[in-house]
Amino acid sequence: MIRAGRSLARDAGKGASGGRPRVTAGTGRAIDAFRTHRSLALKVLSAAIVFGAWEIAGRVPVSYAFPTFINSMLALMRMVFDGSLFVAYAETLQPLVIGVAISALVGIGMGLWIGLNAASRWLFSPIFIVMQAAPLAALIPILVMVYGIGLTSKVFVVCIMAMPVIVLNTASAVANTPGSIKEMATSFMASDRDVLLKVVIPAASPIIFSGLRLGVSAGFIGAILSELKITPTGVGDIITYSRSVADYPSMYAAIFSIILLAVVFLNLLETLENRLFEGNNRGYVSD
Amino acid sequence: MSQIDRSLGRAAPAAPPADIAVSVRGVSKNYGDVQALENLSLDFPRGQLTSLLGPSGCGKTTLLKIIAGLIPASSGSVEVDGRPVEGPGPDRAFVFQDFALLPWASVLRNVAFGLELRGVARSEREDRAARYIREVGLAGFEQSFPHELSGGMRQRVGLARALSVDADVLLLDEPFSAVDEQTRRKFQEDMLALVETERKTFIFVTHSIEEAVYVSDQIAILLPRPSRVHEVIRPSISRGGGGNIRRDAEYLDIVDEIWASLRSYVE
Ligand SMILES: Nc1ncnc2c1ncn2[C@@H]1O[C@H](COP(=O)(O)OP(=O)(O)OP(=O)(O)O)[C@@H](O)[C@H]1O
Ligand SMILES: [Mg+2]
Repeated sequence: MIRAGRSLARDAGKGASGGRPRVTAGTGRAIDAFRTHRSLALKVLSAAIVFGAWEIAGRVPVSYAFPTFINSMLALMRMVFDGSLFVAYAETLQPLVIGVAISALVGIGMGLWIGLNAASRWLFSPIFIVMQAAPLAALIPILVMVYGIGLTSKVFVVCIMAMPVIVLNTASAVANTPGSIKEMATSFMASDRDVLLKVVIPAASPIIFSGLRLGVSAGFIGAILSELKITPTGVGDIITYSRSVADYPSMYAAIFSIILLAVVFLNLLETLENRLFEGNNRGYVSD
Repeated sequence: MSQIDRSLGRAAPAAPPADIAVSVRGVSKNYGDVQALENLSLDFPRGQLTSLLGPSGCGKTTLLKIIAGLIPASSGSVEVDGRPVEGPGPDRAFVFQDFALLPWASVLRNVAFGLELRGVARSEREDRAARYIREVGLAGFEQSFPHELSGGMRQRVGLARALSVDADVLLLDEPFSAVDEQTRRKFQEDMLALVETERKTFIFVTHSIEEAVYVSDQIAILLPRPSRVHEVIRPSISRGGGGNIRRDAEYLDIVDEIWASLRSYVE
């Protein structure tokens, strides 16, 4: 069968002056191009639907406090051009970036350790399960009492939101690495370090990254929540202040901007994943 | 000419060869309550092919993994080249029943993975891997991923990976179970040629009596759980006769004989 296939390929190559592989590559590229364009088109379409619905809902209006899409965008432009948006983000991004970075590093580290070590699984994973389930708003007063109203408390809020899902995803992905490929690596004399770096982490990476995505989104929520609940600074301040003066377009513009930033950030994360683990987007065999 | 050599080489298998590559002594293995192997002893002569034949679940994979040093025996010992096995070693390579490929890695990287773990430089290991990929008939698929291959093709990737590390002892767990009959026969021939030229020791698990009789110097028939060696058969079939061995009277006799002793467990 194989031989037949090969000789066919050779014949085709002779006939079309070795065109066969090139044709395949070309078709592949065309399909890829179609896929990226289609997914882009779908994204644009879904954005258009959401924004259109927003515009209509604002014009109806569903509520006196619900601005139209266009008014909100105008408010956003104004904040961009008078620079107030950047001043706000300079403030908001501090706890967000610090908190997300800590959550990612510590979270993945803890997750690896918990996933690889049965004893630590029993010891630590309940803590993160509780952390994930805890009503954060109720914990904020305690945090403020201990760490004050500064950056530390806000970083804590971001971490409490972001870390558990990163730890738990990493741990379960690592614990569920298929035994047969670990065994294979061991049989070819892999050291423990090789098994970790060349088998366990690549095998777990899709789930680790999905944990990171969820964690980052939760971190954004945490950052805004901390600015609403602890001290109004940055974007949280824009939201609180514009609501108090009934400048709803600005309030919605601020909310929109943070969502936009989160989406951009998640896309960057996906790019990073595809760079680091290029096999991840290739579909998996089940055996 | 090589055929004559082969028939000469196989003409006198009656006397047990002195040179034992792998020796299993009184090995038992318990998985909790399940006793997979009980006091199993078997010698694997160097440079020869030994088949393990036995009903499903009788512990063939377990025995291979103990020889590979992947799992410890509950009691008894295994020696490779006279040294007791304490873990995996560079002298043994395993072809897994479930292939055990890295789903995120290309065929080339999968085949080169054994060499990668041994610290062979990239260009060298890829050269060697490419050679074995060609040898198992996968040329042109170097950059494919396992999910793009058929079951038989995946199995051949696992075979190429084990061959590329150039180990003395090859542990093959049903390596041809998913390839088509033509390829299977080609591989049987290739394997006989390898046994001939490389003096490697093959330990070969199969469910096919015909295959075992065709390729083996020695066949160990295992009993169902808890497994011991029921009997060791050394088929002395002359392959140099020029005719079709598969119609050779002695070949058919041995196949029948083995079928008779396995049959009672199937029924
Ligand atoms: N990790 C394990 N834990 C518990 N029991 C096991 C384990 N591995 C194998 N066994 C048991 O040991 C016995 C032998 O298994 P093994 O895989 O060695 O059989 P086998 O001869 O290779 O079978 P097959 O021909 O179907 O591949 C089986 O009954 C199985 O239930
Ligand atoms: Mg088996």
